[in-house]
Amino acid sequence: MKDQGAPVVLQVEDLWFRYPSAERPALRGINLTVQRGETIGIIGSSGAGKSTLCQAIRGIIPHSSPGEVEGRVKAFGVDITSELRVDLGARIGLVLQDPEAQIIGMTVAEDLAFGPENYEVDPAVIAERSLRYLDLVGLHGLLDRDTYALSGGQKQRLAIASALMSEPELLILDEPTSELDPLGKDQLFAVIDRLRQNDDHTVIVVEHEVDRLVRVADRIVVIDNGAILAAGTPLEVFTGPGVYARTAGERLPAAAELIARSTDAGLLINPVATLDLEDAMAQIVLRLETAR
Amino acid sequence: MSETPIIDVADVHFSYGPGLPEVLKGVNLSIQRGEFVAVVGQNGAGKTTLAKHFNGLNKATLGKVKIAGQPVEDQALAVIARTIGYCYQNPDHQIFSSSVVKEVGFGPGNLGYPPDQVNSLVENALKLVGLTALRDAHPFSLGRGQRQLVAVASVLAMDPPVLVIDEPTTGMDRKGSAAIMELLSQWASDGRSIIAITHDMDIVAEYIPRSIVMSGGEIIADGPTQEVFRNQAALTRAHLVAPAAVVVSDRLVSYGVKYARSVDDAVQQVTSICGGRRSHAGRV
Repeated sequence: MKDQGAPVVLQVEDLWFRYPSAERPALRGINLTVQRGETIGIIGSSGAGKSTLCQAIRGIIPHSSPGEVEGRVKAFGVDITSELRVDLGARIGLVLQDPEAQIIGMTVAEDLAFGPENYEVDPAVIAERSLRYLDLVGLHGLLDRDTYALSGGQKQRLAIASALMSEPELLILDEPTSELDPLGKDQLFAVIDRLRQNDDHTVIVVEHEVDRLVRVADRIVVIDNGAILAAGTPLEVFTGPGVYARTAGERLPAAAELIARSTDAGLLINPVATLDLEDAMAQIVLRLETAR
Repeated sequence: MSETPIIDVADVHFSYGPGLPEVLKGVNLSIQRGEFVAVVGQNGAGKTTLAKHFNGLNKATLGKVKIAGQPVEDQALAVIARTIGYCYQNPDHQIFSSSVVKEVGFGPGNLGYPPDQVNSLVENALKLVGLTALRDAHPFSLGRGQRQLVAVASVLAMDPPVLVIDEPTTGMDRKGSAAIMELLSQWASDGRSIIAITHDMDIVAEYIPRSIVMSGGEIIADGPTQEVFRNQAALTRAHLVAPAAVVVSDRLVSYGVKYARSVDDAVQQVTSICGGRRSHAGRV
């Protein structure tokens, strides 16, 4: 954890959820505590319950998407499972994977203003925030641009800026880069990295891009079949014996994959745990030198 | 004499209207039956624009596109639809039925196959993608990865000789990606052709023998994937990074490691160089 004394932003307590008419629960006893300033990476297979968890943390489940709930989600110390107060909703931002689905405004400025206008934020404050958050996501100078003229990557970064406009204390990004090309992914992860450097921002990001994710996440949570299979620092989750079982067959960061496969093949014994590909390759080189 | 290519693109230029900038700037490409080809490059490089010339959705402003030897503009849409199956990037843009089985059955039904044949095509496609048990589910009750499989099945059910698939593994986990890539590899090995547009360099290295790199409306590299991933100038120009398998095998080349399709392939090579000890102790 980043700072043992940081206040708790989110507490998920033994959360179970079943969609109407579904045979099996989508979430099965999730426990998760997140402190202010942490960046949490969530990984897991399609259908594991990652998006359902995101929606429960935002309060969409059960309030807009009903179903059978047990346990609770506490945001900023308040139970949002039984009742989602509007002021609490505004403190949690959610960005989805499809950039097309979440842009509302005709222009960038309109899209940015939509959320805070709803919460009756002063226009001068909206103008100031618009410039600040556009800058943060690397879209400086595009305030008057029509949103349809943005690329997919720009739309996704605008969606994050628009979510930030209400200054949420907790930002949830559900597979924000799945529709982006490599450059777009790099730019989006640079935004997450900038948010991470600011201790006021707590970020939960669901991602399959593990190589990029381990560079920004303080902790990794693996969801499998609706439950938390493993949680810990990236090094704890992705290295050491049992890594494949712990990560539910998800992709591993390249360095972790190289070390794990080499250990399985009997090439490396007690390898040095690393998430750096150069460090991992150096261990293989050493092994090859020894064999010469 | 060489075989007639299933797709033949000769000096194709394309813009979305008179006076608008060219999105394709003289593309030449020839794809044979049975080839599995990756098209890679940044968004906006022209990948999808090019692919839409294969089924007549885009018409070249200059140059020629031939399908199985015939100019695409001379062919009826119904004929093209039987030849070229097109699977879109976002499955939600093509799914419209209330059950998986209806969705997958629409294509072959629309092509005029008799009901018995439609049924067998549908069952076969569902079996191929592993969705038989979910045949009665509503497509939108499924996860993104499964919806992608529904979209793939609905195209496979038409049994087209050519499949164009845009981002086959987006939103999929490792198991889902591997399953779909193995399915596609097998499908191509039966003499059918696949053109996969993708950003996932790992799957290209592991599964796709030929790669085409596009940048700024042009093809800047085209050849065996292992050569393309070593064409650093083209990769840099297209903002692409070679996958870890290639980085690792290049780093170890002086020890006798050859081009690796996957990290596991590289590790197997190192193991045999080191004396083959426990070379069969791979992970389960």
